[in-house]
Amino acid sequence: MFDNLLGSFWPYTIDGLILGSIYGLVALGYTMVYGVLRLINFAHSEVFMIGTMASAFVVMTLGITAPLTGFALVGGLLLMVLAGGAASAGSAMLLERIAYRPLRKRGASRLAALISAIGASLFLQELFALVIIPHVFNRPQQGRNQMGIARIMNKDTLFTLGGAQIRVDQVLIFVAAIGMMILLDLLVNRTKIGRGIRATSQDPETAVLMGVDIDKIVRMTFLIGGLMAGIAGALFVLQFEVTKFSIGFLLGIKAFTAAVLGGIGNLRGALVGGLFLGLIENYGAAIFGSGWKDVIAFSVLVLVLMFRPTGILGESLQQARA
Amino acid sequence: MSTNSTITNGRNAFGAFIDGVRDRWAKAPTWQRWTVYVLLFVIALLLPNDSLGQVMSPYSDWASVLFFPIGTYVVLAIGLNVVVGQAGLLDLGYVAFFAIGGYSMALLGTRLGLNFWEILIVGVILSAASGVLLGGPTLRLRGDYLAIVTLGFGEIVRQTAENTDAIGGPRGIAGIPHPPSFDGVEVFGVQIFHYGVLDPRPYYYLLVVVATAIIIFVKRWEKSRVGRAWAAIREDEDAAEVMGVPTFKFKLLAFAIGASIGGAMGVVWAGKTISINPNDFLFMLSATILAAVVLGGSGNIPGVVLGAFLVGWLPERFRGLSDYRILVFGAALVALMIFRPEGLLPSRRRRAELAEGTGGMGSLGAEVPGPESQPAAEGAAK
Repeated sequence: MFDNLLGSFWPYTIDGLILGSIYGLVALGYTMVYGVLRLINFAHSEVFMIGTMASAFVVMTLGITAPLTGFALVGGLLLMVLAGGAASAGSAMLLERIAYRPLRKRGASRLAALISAIGASLFLQELFALVIIPHVFNRPQQGRNQMGIARIMNKDTLFTLGGAQIRVDQVLIFVAAIGMMILLDLLVNRTKIGRGIRATSQDPETAVLMGVDIDKIVRMTFLIGGLMAGIAGALFVLQFEVTKFSIGFLLGIKAFTAAVLGGIGNLRGALVGGLFLGLIENYGAAIFGSGWKDVIAFSVLVLVLMFRPTGILGESLQQARA
Repeated sequence: MSTNSTITNGRNAFGAFIDGVRDRWAKAPTWQRWTVYVLLFVIALLLPNDSLGQVMSPYSDWASVLFFPIGTYVVLAIGLNVVVGQAGLLDLGYVAFFAIGGYSMALLGTRLGLNFWEILIVGVILSAASGVLLGGPTLRLRGDYLAIVTLGFGEIVRQTAENTDAIGGPRGIAGIPHPPSFDGVEVFGVQIFHYGVLDPRPYYYLLVVVATAIIIFVKRWEKSRVGRAWAAIREDEDAAEVMGVPTFKFKLLAFAIGASIGGAMGVVWAGKTISINPNDFLFMLSATILAAVVLGGSGNIPGVVLGAFLVGWLPERFRGLSDYRILVFGAALVALMIFRPEGLLPSRRRRAELAEGTGGMGSLGAEVPGPESQPAAEGAAK
């Protein structure tokens, strides 16, 4: 039973870390919005989906058929990340404007906001399945199919670690994810906007009295969360070379799980939770078979919450961590 | 709070009408109320009518639509309402209990050859037990954690069914027996106790009877000590605990009752459907039922029934829009929450909670944030 896991421990670990860093990036969006608004932004999974779509669109529009090299590759990657980030950040802000702000202004219940988010999520999925994929991507009748995306870079092996071949794209994804986390951490802890975000999550009323523009902070929160999800989307396309109108659903739930595991509202927790979940999932799949992957992920969630109800790192969002 | 009052003014006409009806209802003598109840029951029985069907459901058989999705959604929404609307616990994996009921019917019916009524009892007990099993360790969690844990539980149940070949794996179970028939009882040309393949109406009548029984139970509970305890937990759990309400016990009870209603509906549904598979129990169904509860006005049974009816019926009615109906449904959910976040027919108590600023959902579960921790709403209003 454990032979499979022990036999290829490192490959499973690498895959887990890669998947986990994507979970972590998406989890940031959940965790930040939760920290500021105490709201589960259920439609965040669709924000991620839009990121994968935008970067897939870049690959398709550039007409890439063979992997790029040199400056062309750097340019292509940058373009993918930019497109994914911009599309996701834009849609996250639009989502906030249309689906959440009117509710917020009226002091509606958080349950109402959740339903609104589920509605927005359905709308966006169907919008892609029915309109954007058939007409913009020019794949009529295939709106609900999985789309293969051309390989943009050669996935050469950089080095081997305990029998696992570590490829250049994997290193790139991991480094990019960690880099984004560090940048975000700096942003929240060192800048004026970050201070506003922290203040709002600690005590919104006092924050208003101190001159914090809450609407702006909320917008920024969605923008940053969206940006991270979009970058995660671009990295996802780079790694897995597929996307689909419903790609966000399960990944979104996993990312939210990651956020909860790390302690929701806690930025560093999102990364820790993401990596933890990615690893657990892959190890579990190695032991029990890949069909049980999600069952294992959710069972671990239940167990962790039973014994440590505020997640691994705790909910220290309001302290210096943001 | 100026924005608040302008919006309220715009809705006054409708609200005043509803209030008038409510005042009249509150003062009505018992016999009048019972007349209305009986009338409603009779109307429900008369619904599967062909000429009505042509208007209500031109694209598919009206009596079938009345059984599923409409009737099924109504019962599930009433069950979920106990958990979400009355006790204020957010459950995103309600479909799990429906699945447990459905699989009980399928397995016990095909493997052990038990009959429908026996399985109904077993299914209710099993799903209630699973509700306790899930609630026991998790109900101490705070609201949002509870939401994600229940969501996870829903997925665990579905994927376990998908991965266990002994219960059919992804193909599910076929050949589920129908409830036992009593032939010969014919009313207006319908064999009302003949549970065959062709006529969906007997199943619908069965569903109406089950739903009525459930509504009576839930209504009695709501008015009892248990119901008051739930309301107290929903509004302020800490205060309830301090006043001597054993909150954990009552939350667990709400979970078990909600679960058993979901399980009962699963048994009834599987008794008609012949075959079930894990894809009948997607998260989407949980979300839809939750939408029905909130749309109708969580905590208020007539509202919840109305919400479930609309959520079940509208997509069927507008099958003509074919592909676009889910898109429209999504947009409609957003629009409804923007213009009427308390639902179509909120209970008065709920509305009062909303006006007080705890957001009606008080807590979204366990820990109760006071008005001051409803950050954005407060801040934005200034």
